[in-house]
Amino acid sequence: MARVEIRGVSKTFGEVRAVDHVDLETVEGEFLVLLGPSGCGKTTLLRMVAGIEEPTAGDILIDEKIVTNQPPRMRNIAMVFQSYALYPHMSVYRNIAFPLRTRGVDKASIRKKVEWAAGMFGIGRLLDRKPRELSGGERQRVALARAMVREPSVFLLDEPLSNLDALLRASAREELRQFQKRVGVTTIYVTHDQVEAMGLGDRIVVMSKGKIRQVGTPMEIYHWPADTFVATFVGSPPMNLLGEDDILTGFRPETFLPADLVYGTEGIVTYPFEVTWMEYLGAERLLYGNVGEKSHARHVVSRLPGSVNLPIEAGKTYPFAVSRNDLRFFDRKNGLRTDRGPA
Amino acid sequence: MSGTTGEQAINGTVENRGVNGGGRAGIRDRVGLLSKLMIAPAVFYVAAMIGFPFILALLYSMSDVTTGDPALHLVGLRNFRAILDDPVFLLSMKNTFFFAIVSQVLVILLSRVIATALMKEFRGKWLARFLIMLPWTAPISLGTIGWLWMLDSIFSPFDWVLRYAGLLGAPGALLGPDLNLYWLGVPALAMASVVLVHVWRILPLATVIQLAGLSSIPRDLLEAAEVDGATPWRRTLEITIPLTLPIISIAFLFGLVFTFTDVTVVYVLTRGGPIHSTQVLSTWTFFKGIEGGDLAQGAAISLFLFPVLAGIAALMLRMARKSEVV
Repeated sequence: MARVEIRGVSKTFGEVRAVDHVDLETVEGEFLVLLGPSGCGKTTLLRMVAGIEEPTAGDILIDEKIVTNQPPRMRNIAMVFQSYALYPHMSVYRNIAFPLRTRGVDKASIRKKVEWAAGMFGIGRLLDRKPRELSGGERQRVALARAMVREPSVFLLDEPLSNLDALLRASAREELRQFQKRVGVTTIYVTHDQVEAMGLGDRIVVMSKGKIRQVGTPMEIYHWPADTFVATFVGSPPMNLLGEDDILTGFRPETFLPADLVYGTEGIVTYPFEVTWMEYLGAERLLYGNVGEKSHARHVVSRLPGSVNLPIEAGKTYPFAVSRNDLRFFDRKNGLRTDRGPA
Repeated sequence: MSGTTGEQAINGTVENRGVNGGGRAGIRDRVGLLSKLMIAPAVFYVAAMIGFPFILALLYSMSDVTTGDPALHLVGLRNFRAILDDPVFLLSMKNTFFFAIVSQVLVILLSRVIATALMKEFRGKWLARFLIMLPWTAPISLGTIGWLWMLDSIFSPFDWVLRYAGLLGAPGALLGPDLNLYWLGVPALAMASVVLVHVWRILPLATVIQLAGLSSIPRDLLEAAEVDGATPWRRTLEITIPLTLPIISIAFLFGLVFTFTDVTVVYVLTRGGPIHSTQVLSTWTFFKGIEGGDLAQGAAISLFLFPVLAGIAALMLRMARKSEVV
């Protein structure tokens, strides 16, 4: 177990600023998720922690020791790549044993540890196979076993679930989470999938254009987004933003409901909602439409749970409302959240 | 040209089906016939330019045909027996293997080093690449004539440099008091020279093949190995070399075939001398069969190479298939 500290780290590729002056600190044993659209610098940041990319500026510390210029092998980290990067010419056994052999561990201990790691991920019967004879899920487990066999102090994962099909992904997510809790190793996980981020992370770091936009628990990120980027990137459909002068009013689609269903200790705000399009999704209904007339941004989405079986038709206008507790306000100029509502 | 025809055929098919709805089909629609037509030139080429001469060589090797008397009388295996009794043939056989294998081992080692260097980004890389490829673009004979001058017994620039450095041509000098080394006049040096020129000649091709092999290794494999704690040395030995072994073998076998069958370098540099010390099967075939006029024996000598080359070709095909799997 260890703590990772990233101090003022930047990385430029030619003219491109992939990572722009990032400060970040992990808590010991936590599961930290780096979330952002592709090209936001999250993978580059992870690779710098791993040591396969060198920062242009700033320092990286593992357990209070500066490791910025140290090669990966001196950092006692493990990394799982998006492609899994299994060595195609080695058997599963030799793949998992590889990080131990580079450390000069003796043969008997290697055998014991490989069998322990393989048992942990349920791949004991695959040890003699070559990677190309494995399914996607099995490959992923081999990659995890190879990473964990060395008992690393920091565990880095670069979108390890994105090559699995949807069904497998859900179960792999759960397993990964339980496994991390059991081992308790500090984990940094990169993904562009917000569902993964919300489900896995103790804390989420939302990144965009090389900068950190917000760090917080899944609940903070979802309910109290720091700016309009986080508000619209996290959540599907994204937060509704209504433009009124200098202040944008935001609320989540599931808080925007028919007026008689909405309560609020501080009262409610009612809008005439003109429904233009409706999607029936089984567990819920998505209603697309417009509110008001004067505002620039007036397109909103409402997410009705399946239990609300009010008859609603496209083309008609209904009174919808949001509880004042669920309203968030953002400064139109810089996108940041403010406490001040529209005048 | 056949490519254009093929495209027209495909377009034609689509059009005809679309417009006529399965009406009268022209030759362009008959895929079976069309494919036979398109492969015909290749079959003809193989039969006329490879099959026919090969059968002719088989026939010649068992006959008494000479350039003076082209009439063909079969004489059984007499030619082969005569060859095997000939010490020059045995020496050529030995030289062929020595020269091909030594030169190709050197080529593989050197091309590996160059390819690894060319995988890195550096200033003037295009110039380095251009210079490395240059020998491949020159005709073999011209390049070899250049080397003939470089290795001249009196005016060799190598000798100048050695003399200037005090290694040659002075009493007590490391390489002897003679003014020249006589590169092509001393058996061991002559063989070394032939090997050197062949290395120079094949190196560009091998470098390109090795470059292709190196760049086919996914980058994250090497990065994973780095994270797994492997030193650069271990990454080379345990990841890069095993993964590129099939393609290295192809480069090696390719070079082997090239050197086994090459006449030019030995012919231009040494004509097999001094005293047959650089004589190889291909040149001996030429001297015996064409210059000596004994076509039958020449054919018999050249056929000795056949099983070796056929074996190498079979290995190459297997390697090529293997390298696809990874």
